[in-house]
Amino acid sequence: MRDIAVISFAQTPARRSVPELNEVEMLMPAVHGALEQVDMTIDDIGFTCSGSTDYLAGTAFSFVSTLDSVGPWPPIQESHVEMDGAWALYEAWVKLQLGEIDTALVYAYAKSSPGDLPMVLTRQLDPITVGPLWADSVSLAALQARSLLDSGKATEADMAEVVARSRKDALGNPNAQLAWDRSAEDILAEEYHIAPLRKSDCAPITDGAAAIVLAAGDVARSKVKRPAWIRGIDHRVEPIHLGLRDLTISASTSIAAGKAGVADGKVDIAELHAPFSHQELILKEAIGLGDDTTINPSGGALAANAMMTAGLIRIGEVATRISNGEADRGVAHATSGPCLQQNLVTVLEGEN
Amino acid sequence: MGKERVAVVGIGQTKHEATRGDVSVAGLLREAAGRALADAEMTWSDVDAVVIGKAPDFFEGVMMPELFLADALGCTGKPMFRVHTAGSVGGSTAIVASQLISAGIHERVLTVAFEKQSESEAMWALSLPIPFTPPLHAGAGGYFAPHVRSYIRRSKAPDHIGMLVALKDRQNGLKNPYAHLHEPDITFDSIKESMMLWDPIRYAETCPSSDGACALVLGSEKVADEAAAQGRQPAWIQGTAMRSEPTLSAERDTVLPLGGALCAADVYKQAGITNPRKDVDAVEMYVPFSWFEPMWLENLGFAEPGEGWKMTEAGATALDGDLPVNMSGGVLCTNPIGASGMLRFGEAAMQVRGTAGDHQVDSVRKAVGHAYGGGSQFFAMWVVGKDKP
Amino acid sequence: MPEIQLPASLQDVEAVRSVRTPARLDYTFTPGDATSRFLAGITQKKIIGQQANPDSRVYVPARGADPELGAATPIEVEVAQVGTVTSFCVVNLQFYGSGMEIPYTSALILLDGADLSIMHLIQEIPADQVRIGMRVEAVWRDDADIEPTLESIKWFRPTGEPDDVNVRIPGEIRGTGLGSWVGGVAPTELTVRNPRTGEGGTAEFGGEG
Repeated sequence: MRDIAVISFAQTPARRSVPELNEVEMLMPAVHGALEQVDMTIDDIGFTCSGSTDYLAGTAFSFVSTLDSVGPWPPIQESHVEMDGAWALYEAWVKLQLGEIDTALVYAYAKSSPGDLPMVLTRQLDPITVGPLWADSVSLAALQARSLLDSGKATEADMAEVVARSRKDALGNPNAQLAWDRSAEDILAEEYHIAPLRKSDCAPITDGAAAIVLAAGDVARSKVKRPAWIRGIDHRVEPIHLGLRDLTISASTSIAAGKAGVADGKVDIAELHAPFSHQELILKEAIGLGDDTTINPSGGALAANAMMTAGLIRIGEVATRISNGEADRGVAHATSGPCLQQNLVTVLEGEN
Repeated sequence: MGKERVAVVGIGQTKHEATRGDVSVAGLLREAAGRALADAEMTWSDVDAVVIGKAPDFFEGVMMPELFLADALGCTGKPMFRVHTAGSVGGSTAIVASQLISAGIHERVLTVAFEKQSESEAMWALSLPIPFTPPLHAGAGGYFAPHVRSYIRRSKAPDHIGMLVALKDRQNGLKNPYAHLHEPDITFDSIKESMMLWDPIRYAETCPSSDGACALVLGSEKVADEAAAQGRQPAWIQGTAMRSEPTLSAERDTVLPLGGALCAADVYKQAGITNPRKDVDAVEMYVPFSWFEPMWLENLGFAEPGEGWKMTEAGATALDGDLPVNMSGGVLCTNPIGASGMLRFGEAAMQVRGTAGDHQVDSVRKAVGHAYGGGSQFFAMWVVGKDKP
Repeated sequence: MPEIQLPASLQDVEAVRSVRTPARLDYTFTPGDATSRFLAGITQKKIIGQQANPDSRVYVPARGADPELGAATPIEVEVAQVGTVTSFCVVNLQFYGSGMEIPYTSALILLDGADLSIMHLIQEIPADQVRIGMRVEAVWRDDADIEPTLESIKWFRPTGEPDDVNVRIPGEIRGTGLGSWVGGVAPTELTVRNPRTGEGGTAEFGGEG
């Protein structure tokens, strides 16, 4: 495949609510930040692709007005996915493989604050059999956590360790929404929110946006000292119905990790899109990460979880750490749908 | 690196109706996809990846419905992708699917686009009241009708052009068993007498609202060569292009949008088309209101500015004209919004494969599929041909 | 399709053909900075346009980003409450929720001092007498009923001034046939002025800009 790299990444500070700005206003600093870091304008971009969803905005065709953020004039080559921005990046990576263009801009955003997020997400469920039950996303995740605990593969203490480590690491992330230093014991002393999940096991609800610039071969090398090369990228899906899946594993993540070539080398860091603490444990297993891999140095989704955006941010966080020399090889993961239904795995690597 | 050849090797669509109450959303998609797979002589397990397209999720009242449809579309353990580029989505979905093959990632990709507007209230879905947003006073027709009036003023086209387009497309639709509207008694006078909904647009010059789906099976060169060897003509993709521009811009021309013309120029260049009127044998373009036929004829380079309506008037765009347009009956007969673009792309492919039945045009070597969306701002096109690019 | 074998206990049960599952979600919308500033003007019965920079287009109402520059629009410019109809349609359909008496006229109105038309109603003239080029003025609600919404302008009505017979939609001013092929030659990106670089556009196409 053609060598494609992440050469720039920008995100807005994650906040519970950004009431003073509309979506396009919230998004612009991320888009322009990513372009300015590599001294580019939209005129230097061959293809633009974005990820967002109407159900969070509460209005149809919501992505149309946010396209104004890039200034698409004269007209541009552009596409949009009703998916996390990580999949928009996948589409851009495919487009770059064709060899006709050398650069792409990818962006994603969501304001979850206008609606009641767990209730909005119930509209993803089978509209005949499950949707009418209004089974909210946290309760579904709690079912998964219960399965994992009952299987004996993990304990509540393991989950609390994930929470303690993530939120502590988030103290070093200026864009984090939720960061603190508390012990696992302290977390275990919390009451249950939706058992077996405690509030601390759950990602915050976030408004935010992010953007990435991709470039091919020598264009990437000319723009940054150490591009974060995409060595493999793949995504897979499973049925939405929880009864059709073993919730204690993530079969689709395992396939994607295999196709992306995770096992072909040492993994220094991994950013896993796990909105609930137990999901990090499942993903670590599914991807085949060992204890020598640093997981979620940014704090992960437990520190900030802008819908449609958090998956793209995982790729950006790994790429940044490769470009600045903190890591040589890393894995970024993105998820969508209830209980890790759909998963994307990217392997990124720096050149020495 | 490089670009692998891609061809359409299977095409399927549903019977389109105002309400397909006999099937669920999953059933509707499987009806189209099953026909496309049968046409390609493949089964679900042959498919490497699935690319789904549809317009706003509020139309069915399900958020990101591809998630609940994943197993019905045989995606378990496979890559599944969801595109949404407004009304052009059926076209851009097919293009995204084709790129998975041209990039060398997959060999066989199923792409499906749909809308089941009867599951929800489409008018409601498009007009969720946002308190501080200036209201659209009359839906999509109310948005586009002033642009049509601008075109008429600018081109000095006579009033009957729109009615001629409606008559032609509805008569073409009679030859298409899958079309939603079958109006055997339609006449020029019945169109003229139909209610003026959004003056200058009459009821009979307006697209219906349909339930329906379209599916294409795309194959690599190897897959397509095998089909050809078995006597199934592939529709070779000779070019694909997309362009976008802002909705509300002081620079852009909403009647003849620059993005549409750039999209056409790009796709023709890839397909070796230097004189569109001469080099293209048939066109399926996205005409939801009849007047868009002459507007797009100019935008896509088939006519000089202000001259598109003369082609329509002279019968050049009729099934037996020198540039047949909307052989299937087009969006004016069938409009499951998310699928409408893919139906255009699929009809172009059927024409070059010679499988269009009663609406087949003789000896089509190159055909154009076109879709647009938003406020005439998102464009997707492809050129398919009998010959390998 | 394979035949589905129902268990005996279900064989006499009437098949479910459809279900209605009403759903309600409530959203709290926020207009954002640009729209808030525009609406603040409306409450003062002023129509405030916005620009990204002193040379860029004046947008009414601004929606957050200048769509050519992708930039915020901090500069405020009050525009006139009179303008010209650039195009319109006459609506004979009782549109869901509008409650309007039909027929009514929905028009694109280019306010003096603005660079892009707004869509609004034309009243106080029979629908069949509305013309492109007609000069119109804003008619506000009673002061007590002014709210931060564009609907505080009830409609526009004719001013009685002579028509502007040369009026064009903004994109047409910047080049008739801009998105069409002239002499069999396709337009290119350079047909229009690039607002970031200043390149492109010609005296014929985009000369005004």
